[in-house]
Amino acid sequence: MSASAAPAPAVVAAHQRRDRREVLAAMALAGPAGALILLFLIGPLICIALLSLTDYQLGAKTMRLVGLTNYVEMFGDRVFRRSLENTLIYVAVVVPLSVGLGLAAALLIEAGTSLRAFYRTVYFLPVMATLIAMAIVWEFALHPTLGPVNVMLQAIGFSRVDWLQDRNVVLYTLAGIGIWQSVGFNMVLFMAGLQSIPKDLYEAASVDGVSNGWDRFRTVTWPMLGPVSLFVIVITAIRSFQVFDTVQVMTKGGPNRASEVLLYTMYSEGFEFFRTGYAAAVTMVFLAFVLTIAVLKTWLLDRRVHYA
Amino acid sequence: MIASNQHGRVLIRGLTKSFGETPVLKGIDLDIAPGEFITVLGPSGCGKTTLMRIVAGLERQDAGSVEIDGRQVDSLRPDERNIAMVFQSYALYPHLSAADNLALPLRMRRLHWRQRLPGARLFSGRVREIELEIAARVREVAALLQIEPLLGRKPGQLSGGQKQRVAVGRAMVREPRVFLMDEPLSNLDAELRVHMRAEIAQLHRRLGVTFIYVTHDQAEALTMSDRVVVMMQGRTLQFSPPGRIYSDPADLQVARFVGSPRINTVPGKATGRGSVEISGFEVALDTGMAAGTALTLALRPSETRVNLRAAQAAGPGFEARIVHRENLGSDLFLHCHVEGIEGPLIAREDPARVDDFPIGAAVRMQFPPGQLLVFDADGQRVRTTSGQRVGAAA
Amino acid sequence: MIGRQLGPIAGALRHIALMTGAIVILSPFVWMVLTSFKPQSEIMAADLRLLPERWAIIQNYTEVWTRVPMARFLLNGLIVTCAIFALQVLVNLPCAYALAKLRFRGRNALFLVVLLGLLIPLHATAIPIYILFHYLGILNTYAALIFPFMISVFGIFMLRQFFMTVPDDLIDAARMDGVSEIGIVWRIMLPTAIPAVTAFGIFSVVAHWNDYFWPLIAVGTKDLYTPPLGIAFFRLNDGGTDYGVLMAAATIVILPLVVAFLMAQRRFIEGVTFTGLKG
Repeated sequence: MSASAAPAPAVVAAHQRRDRREVLAAMALAGPAGALILLFLIGPLICIALLSLTDYQLGAKTMRLVGLTNYVEMFGDRVFRRSLENTLIYVAVVVPLSVGLGLAAALLIEAGTSLRAFYRTVYFLPVMATLIAMAIVWEFALHPTLGPVNVMLQAIGFSRVDWLQDRNVVLYTLAGIGIWQSVGFNMVLFMAGLQSIPKDLYEAASVDGVSNGWDRFRTVTWPMLGPVSLFVIVITAIRSFQVFDTVQVMTKGGPNRASEVLLYTMYSEGFEFFRTGYAAAVTMVFLAFVLTIAVLKTWLLDRRVHYA
Repeated sequence: MIASNQHGRVLIRGLTKSFGETPVLKGIDLDIAPGEFITVLGPSGCGKTTLMRIVAGLERQDAGSVEIDGRQVDSLRPDERNIAMVFQSYALYPHLSAADNLALPLRMRRLHWRQRLPGARLFSGRVREIELEIAARVREVAALLQIEPLLGRKPGQLSGGQKQRVAVGRAMVREPRVFLMDEPLSNLDAELRVHMRAEIAQLHRRLGVTFIYVTHDQAEALTMSDRVVVMMQGRTLQFSPPGRIYSDPADLQVARFVGSPRINTVPGKATGRGSVEISGFEVALDTGMAAGTALTLALRPSETRVNLRAAQAAGPGFEARIVHRENLGSDLFLHCHVEGIEGPLIAREDPARVDDFPIGAAVRMQFPPGQLLVFDADGQRVRTTSGQRVGAAA
Repeated sequence: MIGRQLGPIAGALRHIALMTGAIVILSPFVWMVLTSFKPQSEIMAADLRLLPERWAIIQNYTEVWTRVPMARFLLNGLIVTCAIFALQVLVNLPCAYALAKLRFRGRNALFLVVLLGLLIPLHATAIPIYILFHYLGILNTYAALIFPFMISVFGIFMLRQFFMTVPDDLIDAARMDGVSEIGIVWRIMLPTAIPAVTAFGIFSVVAHWNDYFWPLIAVGTKDLYTPPLGIAFFRLNDGGTDYGVLMAAATIVILPLVVAFLMAQRRFIEGVTFTGLKG
């Protein structure tokens, strides 16, 4: 194609027709999705932000803009502060343990060759099983008198623990269930990360004098798992912020708000008391945390990741 | 930095190795002198990489032993054997800078794990001292390989050739007695490969250390080595200087593998009267074999002359027809079909002489009898004494 | 570290550690199933006996179907997840193709929106969507359960990444053969994307079968309950203390996914964890 002569008008017209065709096709193909994104993602997001500034109650005929009143009330409310605190404690407990145990399980499984598929299946099972159903099972298992956990404890000689009824314990019980449910997920992600580490890196390290397991981990495994680790931590943190099912079905935020969490507060304010504006403000706080974590991840990944 | 020429003697005895049911090494014996540049040459799957990995200590052999400088190393870890290895993929630590890549083997060797914890250097003067020595050595090696400006970069920011030098540097830094290289040039483009061949050869001369170099590329093997080991299917076929590998192959497979274009092979038989019969004529070569023994005869294209049948009067040779020409400018390859022989015979000719020979021309392919290599039915080389050319077969 | 031969002691330690974890992980499942075999009397006895003396499988499991409309719940689960997945493919696959292969103004903007959308958790948008449905009058219908999930930015992202790896030549050849853009999407792109679509399908079905939050607020009549709602309803209203029946119900609810998972583990794990490790 010579660059010197301008293309003939017929050719230009044909190109224009083809480009228009492509644009029309794109509109037809991406249009529905685009519209739905507006309707179900962007629209609601803007809505939530605006709603949080009103005193809207679902079903009311009128609503007023009240500015930051909802937020002021929120942060002055003992219940909300407790809820936020509980959620943060929950995340702080679940993330390190779930990620750490997931990593440990992945390392142990990958370290040997026998029974890998079995372990992987078993550990992944809680991820798949409907959480609500398993929450109900856990509730029974942790029953003060009938549940096997307490029965076993008492058989060994300890006194029974009111896992879900004791204010000081309930949040950690829920955190434990959260860890149980997510270890398998993290483990699988770590396993994929481990498998993608090139073997000759370990061999080069071996020639360089890296001889024991700990050195191997520090010199090759952990650095190469950097991006995966970050990803797993972020995903676990975001999922932990979204804890709801177990609270709603097992404790309803009790006893006495000891297990109240952000999403549960949002749910009860928004759908039990129908204080929609207030619930929207709670949602905004929730959103703020989640978005911060997600943005942090993207920023960190771009800066720190090293490409092989 | 030049190691004494007494170091780096490698003795390999009776090495066998199978992976599951598949035998990969079937008894390897090699005696490598200190400071030699040895290439292990062979097609993929012949076991050369396995052999090297056993010498490095990355693989355990089923039987046999490896001795380095008189010491049996079979039970020693790779880092205890005083060897270093350059991997085909370079295997540089992606999260460390080039300088840290070079420093790692030294840090592993000289610093205890407590001294390697982050921040250790803040607390211990001794650690700081050692780190300074290590840094000096790293700079020394980097200067030698001309990679000083690259020291701060991570492998992801380096080109193929640069990564290769860093990998070589990482191997050199520990002053090993044996340098192992696993097809280090196969990931580079052709031009860079030629350049790096010379560099590696120079490096060997400067260091004076034993090099064991594994490749499937015969050009690399022939140009860089003191001696070449040709391996096929888990066995060593020949261990000689490159010139002898080419001109005096011990096995038909060696003859076929080395040399470009491929050596011409034709079937023939011993006549029992001091000559061999091929394709309707006799050549005076005394094989010492009984009459009728089946033989394979091989002839280098470079030793084959092509003459128009009409023009040439004297002397027998292969009666052939030209089927293909390849003019490379400096050489002209003529592919000629001989009745009864599968595949064309190739002659390397001077373009000026044969340029006007057309395709389809009837020609005679002739050669000096002494250049004919004779192999028995098992592919083993048969030594011959040559006499006068006898003449057309009776 | 991978696949090295472990010495016998190290190997045994590995198994001990992993097996202990496995027992902890499996214990609720085991307990659930075993309890569902026991009659109420033995459950109330609160001993640690594993197997029941008198087997009550038949009673417990049949009572599940009669006490609550479990069949209806399961059916709803099936309807909702299948409908969601089918609609997701219908809506998101063409969009992914357009983003990957077509040139149009606003392409980059749209993709940026998709990327940003990945950050938004679905809980955050629940309230406005609920209000919208309330005013549209479609709360408490299948539509309410299905519509919000028709759009899946995750699906768009995943499929777009996949389509980027499909060579342009394939599409150009189809265009030269006169295939329309729509035809290209359904006759050529879809078949080549089957592995990615399967992985996405698994992810989608699992996520929506197990979803509790949205169905909880979107739907109020028992007839429309999905399995999570169904079992929660059972627990909170009817079967609060009939643990045998309750555990049987729980077993039934998790059984479909668990069986499917056991039959196709690798696919499941790929599907649920294929969350752009590269991106």
